[in-house]
Amino acid sequence: MSTAAAASPDVAEFALRMGDTCLILGHRNAEWCGHSPALEEDIALANTALDLIGQTQLWLGLTAEAQGKGRTADDLAYLRDSSGYRNLLLVEQPNGDFGRTIMRQFLFDAWHLPMLKVLAGSKDRRIAEIAEKVSKEVTYHLERSSDLVVRLGDGNSESHARMQAALDFLWPYTGEMFLGDAVDEALSSTGIAPAPGSLRPAWNEKVARTLADATLKAPESSYAQKGGRSGVHSEHLGLILAEMQFLQRAYPGANW
Amino acid sequence: MSSEWPLWEVFIRGQHGLNHRHVGSLHAPDAEMAIHNARDVYTRRNEGVSIWVVRSSDIVASAPSEKGPLFDPANSKVYRHPTFFDVPDEVGHM
Repeated sequence: MSTAAAASPDVAEFALRMGDTCLILGHRNAEWCGHSPALEEDIALANTALDLIGQTQLWLGLTAEAQGKGRTADDLAYLRDSSGYRNLLLVEQPNGDFGRTIMRQFLFDAWHLPMLKVLAGSKDRRIAEIAEKVSKEVTYHLERSSDLVVRLGDGNSESHARMQAALDFLWPYTGEMFLGDAVDEALSSTGIAPAPGSLRPAWNEKVARTLADATLKAPESSYAQKGGRSGVHSEHLGLILAEMQFLQRAYPGANW
Repeated sequence: MSSEWPLWEVFIRGQHGLNHRHVGSLHAPDAEMAIHNARDVYTRRNEGVSIWVVRSSDIVASAPSEKGPLFDPANSKVYRHPTFFDVPDEVGHM
């Protein structure tokens, strides 16, 4: 049990960003349930989705604790509007075809794992514990998504073209992962979380190697779509929340 | 070329010290993905510590029509069954 009941807004904000990103990507992956191209892929994607929802519970639980306002992880997930969400824009992008879903997962995993590796040494024990706990799952996510990116990119002309299109579509949303603001600065100066930019080399290296194996070409542009961290989202997030929050909005407090 | 992925049989070792047991089958394009898929399909609730996969087409099976000759020996040979030993209680389950 943590005895530190003192509210820590920066930790709350950081955990909220992590939690929202996991939640929305988990939701997106769950949309594939029953629709994947093969039974095995269906189950694998659902597993990834469930892993991410589990991680969401940990992060949003920490947010609630660090906010110290008596909220729960469920309150945070179900009772905020899109302007209150702090997820990366990358993860709210529509699934598109299976290739785009896998590419999105890969681009995220290649950031997620190095992030967790640094967080495992966080000065905040709660953050370090969560990172330690979930990094095994995420190691597997990255292994699987990078493997599929290579197989599909270096597959036949159809799969190659689809993976290249997915990469081109998603690329502008990757820069946001490495942009920092005042919260990040405060957290990195106190050893609680890494400066986002510091994760860039590890990500670049993994992505470059995987794309080379997959015979795919990263776009030249370094233009980054941003806004997720300040609650400025694409229209897609509102639609996700409408579906995800419907029950709690229509029947407040419903429980089973 | 067939567009179907080949079938693989999956064997999981539940705990250290136990044998691998056949748990089912799945489709995968190659061995590496068969292991990945087996992990996702069969071991996500702490079921295992080790996975084997083998191409179903590589398994040689006995023919059902030979069931009689293979499995139904005359049962009159009591000396083939080790039933004449008193097993001490301390041995427990054998």
